Amino acid sequence: MHSFGYRANALLTFSVTALAFICAIASFSDKFSNQNPSAEIQILNINRLKKQSYGNDEVSLTLDISADLQSLFTWNTKQVFAFVAAEYETPMNSLNQVSLWDAIIPDKEHAKFRIQTSNKYRFIDQGHNLRGKEFNLTLHWHVMPKTGKMFADKIVMPGYSLPDAYK
Amino acid sequence: MGLIGEKIDSIKSIQIRQLLTQAISLGMIVTSALIIWKALMCVTGSESPVVVVLSESMEPGFKRDPIRAGEIVVFNIVGRDIPIVHRVIKVHERENTGEVDVLTKGDKNLDDDRLLYAKGQLWLHRHHIMGRAVGFLPYVGWVTIIMTEKPIIKYILIGALGLLVIKSKD
Repeated sequence: MHSFGYRANALLTFSVTALAFICAIASFSDKFSNQNPSAEIQILNINRLKKQSYGNDEVSLTLDISADLQSLFTWNTKQVFAFVAAEYETPMNSLNQVSLWDAIIPDKEHAKFRIQTSNKYRFIDQGHNLRGKEFNLTLHWHVMPKTGKMFADKIVMPGYSLPDAYK
Repeated sequence: MGLIGEKIDSIKSIQIRQLLTQAISLGMIVTSALIIWKALMCVTGSESPVVVVLSESMEPGFKRDPIRAGEIVVFNIVGRDIPIVHRVIKVHERENTGEVDVLTKGDKNLDDDRLLYAKGQLWLHRHHIMGRAVGFLPYVGWVTIIMTEKPIIKYILIGALGLLVIKSKD
């Protein structure tokens, strides 16, 4: 009953349980943080709207993205993954989400930013639906904690559109 | 003669009882581990309920939980035995069937995952995806990694556990 093996086993079980409990509390503490992120996106230019040689529409654009995500950082935050996605509907697809740009924000200091960039990932449709297309630009953020549950949210900005003709 | 015979019988029955108790205790430990594993499979509805990154699974088939951009998913590729855990960057969901074309990419990678998919495969579909990640438990994964890379440790652990149970009856 008091052998080394028993004591080692009891110690190990207790420490693992205690650690799991601490993890859960740390994660729970994130619920009490007050979060008010803000963002604004402008399309500076539509560089190119074309039909690819083997079929689908593709557009290249330059964006001006400004955001303040500082309030998302808590003591339990490892990093925040932010990305901008174009979201639109077509006759064949009820939802298309195409990520145009993303960034890993490692700390609070980097969480307030403004950048101008062309789309990091190719904006390609499944079909030829992009002429005159209206779409939303949504800034998503995924908060990755040091331990526990991840949480994510977004700001949807509607009202963007593409030109009516290929250019 | 009768008295000695009785004594021998009683000693044998105690030993048999002890042996049976030890065997059953050992069996209980092994089966309770199995029960926990199977229960996790049942609750999560997944064949691999616990991957190194703790994940919650999606039910395949009709009961659907939509896959959206930004989510971290666990998926299998034909020809690879280890699932990959990456983020979804593109989603095209069909209006009529609800089927979905998904493209993934590791956050830090420069390229999307098309290089990792099977030859000629451009998109992931629902049946490739086994679950999505909802949280992190730091360092717990090391146990799984060590047990996979040095399977001898798995045997040592189980052996030690078994020894503990057997010793308890001495």
